[in-house]
Amino acid sequence: MHELALATGIVRMVEAAASREHFLRVAQLRLEVGALAGVEPEALRFALTAMVGGTCLAGGEITIDETPGLARCLSCDASVEITSYIDACSRCGSYALQATGGTGLRIVDLLVVNE
Amino acid sequence: MCIVCGCGAEPNSGHAGAAGAGVKDSNGDLHYGTGAAGSSVPGLSQARVIHMEADVLAENKRLASRNRAHFAAHGVTALNLVSSPGSGKTTLLCASINALKASSRAVSVAVIEGDQQTSVDAERIRATGAPAIQINTGRGCHLDAQMVGEAFARLDMHSAAHQRDASGAILFIENVGNLVCPALWDLGEAAKVVVLSVTEGEDKPLKYPDMFAAASLMIINKIDLMPYVTFDVARCIQYAQRVNPLIEVILVSATRGDGMVDWLDWLLPPRAAGYRRTKPGRARHAGALVPLARIANPTP
Repeated sequence: MHELALATGIVRMVEAAASREHFLRVAQLRLEVGALAGVEPEALRFALTAMVGGTCLAGGEITIDETPGLARCLSCDASVEITSYIDACSRCGSYALQATGGTGLRIVDLLVVNE
Repeated sequence: MCIVCGCGAEPNSGHAGAAGAGVKDSNGDLHYGTGAAGSSVPGLSQARVIHMEADVLAENKRLASRNRAHFAAHGVTALNLVSSPGSGKTTLLCASINALKASSRAVSVAVIEGDQQTSVDAERIRATGAPAIQINTGRGCHLDAQMVGEAFARLDMHSAAHQRDASGAILFIENVGNLVCPALWDLGEAAKVVVLSVTEGEDKPLKYPDMFAAASLMIINKIDLMPYVTFDVARCIQYAQRVNPLIEVILVSATRGDGMVDWLDWLLPPRAAGYRRTKPGRARHAGALVPLARIANPTP
């Protein structure tokens, strides 16, 4: 559900970029979603598709790159990849993990055109 | 590999000219996507890439930082209470306000209430004598930093702090009942407190890990109902700690008063700089600190 609020934020940021960078249309919007960001990529895509009509994003392609979650193990000090907060350390099996990456949602870049 | 035709040529090496119209190279092949963007869109003459590298939540984070600075300037410690609907957040807050009034530790308290509709919760808070502002989010599923900033500006706590020293003030922000969305939105709080009641099931921390990962404290509420439900406290704490090894736990019955002393002990003195521990969390029950390892390993 919060994907709708996030999509609104994305459209707003892209529209701001359009007036700043002087482009008319976005042919491709590339997003990056971390596994620990709390964002469901398909729900975000659905929300974006529903609200781009009438904006510079209308008709553009939406690409969502999913990046793994990263964590430091408080037990064995290893840096490991995780897919969710409920995962265990892949090296020692401990659940004492602290997330260090893959927690964000970013607009990476835009492929823009002026026609 | 060429992203247009898959021919194996490096983009911008074997392919000449501008994008859009298509250009012949020495072999007579047509290639698109050799413009600045390295790609082509049918019917368009030129495309370019704009690197944003922008955090989608940046604007909310900026407003949350502003709230945090604003709270600090007014000597206010803000706590963001999150839970599913019906866990007893408002009852806990009313009981907390009454307990704070009855204790010798004088702190001023105000509440920002978040719900999709109605002012019922704010009215319950105001009945205790504490100032409260209701935010109705309409169809929104969470509070954001902008809403909280605007609500704080309308609170008595805010104007009062301009007139006198208000060190030791607590602002409770009761978020919309929802264990998913509020995890993402920083409101400028010193800590998130997640409330889970024993009628909900002990597996909630595993089902909604993002929220329990974001919280500094888990309050297990309605423990007076334990005789009537199958709720494994030890397992619940174990699950919460699996998701967040630093989380602290307090067992409470807001209606009967169990654990309210532990909760006030955790709360006071207000720690505007944050409640996050750096060492593995602990659980408190009936006024005593219980080693989490002992609770988390139920005897078979």
